[in-house]
Amino acid sequence: MTTLTAPGLAAARPRSLEKPGQLFPVTVVVIAIIAIWYVGAFFLNAQLARDVFARQKVEPSISQMIGATYSMDRPLLPAPHQVAAELWKSTTGYPINSKRSLVYHGWVTLSATLAGFVIGTLLGLLLAVGIVHVASLDKSLMPWVVASQTIPIVAIAPMIVVVGYNLMNGQLGLSTDTSRFLAKAMISTYLSFFPVTVGMVKGLRSPDPMHLDLMRTYSATGWQAFWKLRFPTSLPYLFTSMQIAVAISLVGAIVGELPTGAAAGLGARLLAGSYYGQTVQIWAALLAASILAAVLVAIVGLANRIVLKRMGMAR
Amino acid sequence: MSSRGHLQPWIAFLGLFAAVALPLDAAKAERLLPREGTAGWVVILALAIAAYAAVKAQRSALTAILLAFASCAGAWAALDMLPGLAGHTGTGFWALLLTSWLLAWALVAQLSAIKPRAGPAGFGLKLLVPLLFGAWLLIFWQVIVVAFQVPSVLIPPPSAIWAKLVSSIPILAADFRQTFLKAVIAGYVIGCGSGFLVAILVDRVPFLQRGLLPVGNLVSALPIIGIAPIMVMWFGFDWPSKAAVVVVATFFPMLVNTVTGLAASQPMQRDLMRTYAANYWQSLFKLRLPEALPFIFNALKINSTLALIAAIVAEFFGTPIVGMGFRISTEVGRMNIDMVWAEIAVAALAGSVFYGVIALIERASTFWHPSFRT
Repeated sequence: MTTLTAPGLAAARPRSLEKPGQLFPVTVVVIAIIAIWYVGAFFLNAQLARDVFARQKVEPSISQMIGATYSMDRPLLPAPHQVAAELWKSTTGYPINSKRSLVYHGWVTLSATLAGFVIGTLLGLLLAVGIVHVASLDKSLMPWVVASQTIPIVAIAPMIVVVGYNLMNGQLGLSTDTSRFLAKAMISTYLSFFPVTVGMVKGLRSPDPMHLDLMRTYSATGWQAFWKLRFPTSLPYLFTSMQIAVAISLVGAIVGELPTGAAAGLGARLLAGSYYGQTVQIWAALLAASILAAVLVAIVGLANRIVLKRMGMAR
Repeated sequence: MSSRGHLQPWIAFLGLFAAVALPLDAAKAERLLPREGTAGWVVILALAIAAYAAVKAQRSALTAILLAFASCAGAWAALDMLPGLAGHTGTGFWALLLTSWLLAWALVAQLSAIKPRAGPAGFGLKLLVPLLFGAWLLIFWQVIVVAFQVPSVLIPPPSAIWAKLVSSIPILAADFRQTFLKAVIAGYVIGCGSGFLVAILVDRVPFLQRGLLPVGNLVSALPIIGIAPIMVMWFGFDWPSKAAVVVVATFFPMLVNTVTGLAASQPMQRDLMRTYAANYWQSLFKLRLPEALPFIFNALKINSTLALIAAIVAEFFGTPIVGMGFRISTEVGRMNIDMVWAEIAVAALAGSVFYGVIALIERASTFWHPSFRT
């Protein structure tokens, strides 16, 4: 770790040399977090374990205490290995279409997330194009889009779910599963729509005025200027806002599973776990959701890097 | 303002003609003029004069005033007739509404063509245009819901929501106190404060900085609200568990932004501090913290929304019988959708005011920053 001694020099190095320097600190931090988790699990569960030993009228030794706190059925805070074991068991232990498989629940959530994300991104793009090209839309609609960022939109989720579900299941006669799926996708759409609009309005305005003038001297039509200059320049903004959008659209899908009494999905898993006090199940579902979010964000980030590299914009 | 600017008033003329000639009521063949009498004449005249002014003198203060008056009169007439026509509106009614809307749109186009100016006049203009848009959104919402008799379990009309909001202020106030004043504020202060302090600690250790930043970035993207059931288990049903979720949700954005902000000062500036023989604290308070302020305020603004969301969603997992999230989820279950909308209106107002206050503080304390100096 020679870079440690000279942080000023490290900044001057090319990025390819900087990367491996991060791996070690990140590993140390992650290990530290897991260690803190273990210590915390011991102290949080100690009271429960002591109660159990007191009922058996046994004076526990330290090693007994540690063993007991790390292997409880319904601990206050399950130890990391318990969560990992539960995660492993519930993803690989059951057939994929079984209700006990986390892969099944994960897919239910993921499908709604992706559907909402794709539709929301497209709508956001359309709106951004409109805002950039029509002055009165910009003046009248844009303040509302910005203001809507300050509003706790997720609060509408239960209403959209229940109302949308009733509309589609009762009035349009769709099947229960489809209606639930569509209702959740609607929330994800709604949530992922705003970051994309805001980011893309910024992105479509990002070309250098000089470049726009150049397009005008080429007597390019508005359409040509859009495709050949505005859209390519806005791509970095698009990907950044898509990363935000995909993360929040997963949150939307999970929240959307809370109020309908949905039988499937990671949110339903969380809710069921909290009803029955199955802490290990809650943590496993939480970890699965986190992995899903990380993977989704990473995929968008990867797409970002590939696209920008092929366009020669990578820095 | 080319062909489109000319086209709108002409379409408005056509619409006005349709509004006068076509029946208002689908059930009875009744037209606007005999039915409304003098008021009908006033509305029609106002619309006609405004459309004529818009065609004739393209952009002037008088045209804008005429347009504003005409669109208000048209909208008022439409809303006034609405209850009597619910469920059997005729084509004439829609022509009247759309004509008024077209004139309002022409007004918006005129207003947004004005060059932005500084001072209160420019600010008022900046506020007026979106307000017009919002008002028309509400008008269309009201008209469509009432005219097509959409069941109020699907979407209640804005008038019903307003009535509910006014009649249930005590409940809403209690919910606001429980969720916002207790859970959100406490969690927000603790979360942002601890994120800030940890960031200053982390900043002193480059190793931690490189290790924690990627982890913090990752955690910022995770669905934090999922920890709500765990927090409810740890801290009980009342507001401390919600505050705990808010703390976790706001901690990481603050940490990441502050660490980034503390690194934002230029090497040249830091060298200058060194030549002044400034010690760590002096350079922290006089150079690096002020430089980090825009980043810190960015985090504070992001967190203001996150905190409210986290508190409301956390209440879906179990609360005492008060709170905004609790009210939303139970009233949805009882199909009192107007109450849900009232609660959402309160949440939206609280969120915007919270954000606005932070934005004002930001303006006051980072007035030197290029983004405000223009």
